[in-house]
Amino acid sequence: MPHIALNPEHLGIRGAMAFRPETARPLNALVEVLLTGPSTLTRGERELIATYVSSRNCTRFCHSIHGAIAAAHLGGDEALVKQVKTDFTQADVSPKLKALLAIAGKVQQDGKLVTSADVDAARALGATDIEIHDTVLIAAAFCMYNRYVDGLDTVQPDDEALYRERGNRVARDGYVSVSEEYLGAGAH
Amino acid sequence: MPHINLPEGFPGISAGLTYRPETAKPMRELAHILLHEPNSLTPGERELIATYVSSRNDCHFCQSSHGATAACHLGDASVVDKVKADFMSAPVSDKLKALLVIAGKVQQDGKLVTSADVASARAHGATDMEIHDTVLIAAAFSMFNRYVDGLGTWQPRDPDLYAQMGKHLAAEGYVAPSIRQPVHAG
Repeated sequence: MPHIALNPEHLGIRGAMAFRPETARPLNALVEVLLTGPSTLTRGERELIATYVSSRNCTRFCHSIHGAIAAAHLGGDEALVKQVKTDFTQADVSPKLKALLAIAGKVQQDGKLVTSADVDAARALGATDIEIHDTVLIAAAFCMYNRYVDGLDTVQPDDEALYRERGNRVARDGYVSVSEEYLGAGAH
Repeated sequence: MPHINLPEGFPGISAGLTYRPETAKPMRELAHILLHEPNSLTPGERELIATYVSSRNDCHFCQSSHGATAACHLGDASVVDKVKADFMSAPVSDKLKALLVIAGKVQQDGKLVTSADVASARAHGATDMEIHDTVLIAAAFSMFNRYVDGLGTWQPRDPDLYAQMGKHLAAEGYVAPSIRQPVHAG
């Protein structure tokens, strides 16, 4: 049962966003830029960072839906997503992404834990400043989204098929477009 | 030294926001709606929630700039220090204390918020919208604080700089940058 009167038809963050469309707009705009906007990190890589942070925060709705979106971008490879959640160091992803995930994991705990050595390691593996910036901000933003979803006790089903179906849709249409389903057209 | 090549002379979050305008826009809008636009919680109360969360995250820039903004709205800097040190004994309403309890839990982990915490805020007069906004302010500052610290931004210690920022933010809000050019501060 959500802590406040959210519409039970809308799951996870959608319930919270439908309750307060004014804040939903910038929240959707931010995730749209970070995860779908132009970037030298692929959409799959960025979704993996979001999934990893959400998984460390144990927020089921976020790590399930972003895991499903990541898989949709990565040719349906759900095993890879699961491996990143359990131990990314053993996952079949680039050394650069591993170095960025190490930074994301520190930001998830506390931004002050990120060291120059972490950043140097990412750079040595080819990460650019803007990729490091976006990694820090994706990790920070998911510390917000996760707390928003959990702090209102939104409905977070345990249903892989549901997340898979929605994940495909968001991977195809993007966040702002899909948000029209629960905010109404003209949401942006 | 910032971890990446941020523009020099821009303190705290203003460096990240100047570096990447595409993400700055929604971040500014979010802060503006949550902290500055009309609300049944006063701007001073909302800034106190932001300051409290930033203080628990030990983010010097955010707790100082929002603390100065809160002080400006409230006309009293000592309340800000009391809220940071021990809000239960601070001269603020029981409703705000109940909301600060919720904010403190969200700062750690949203799952720690209980129905009893929410019932207590309601018993002191908090509405669903106020509870929603408290949760989202606390969540948003869990982002802003990590962004500022995670990039290793320059966080000056000069209280005058924050007093100036607080005055600007209290009057103008967050859509327009409060720092438009490089500043010199200790």
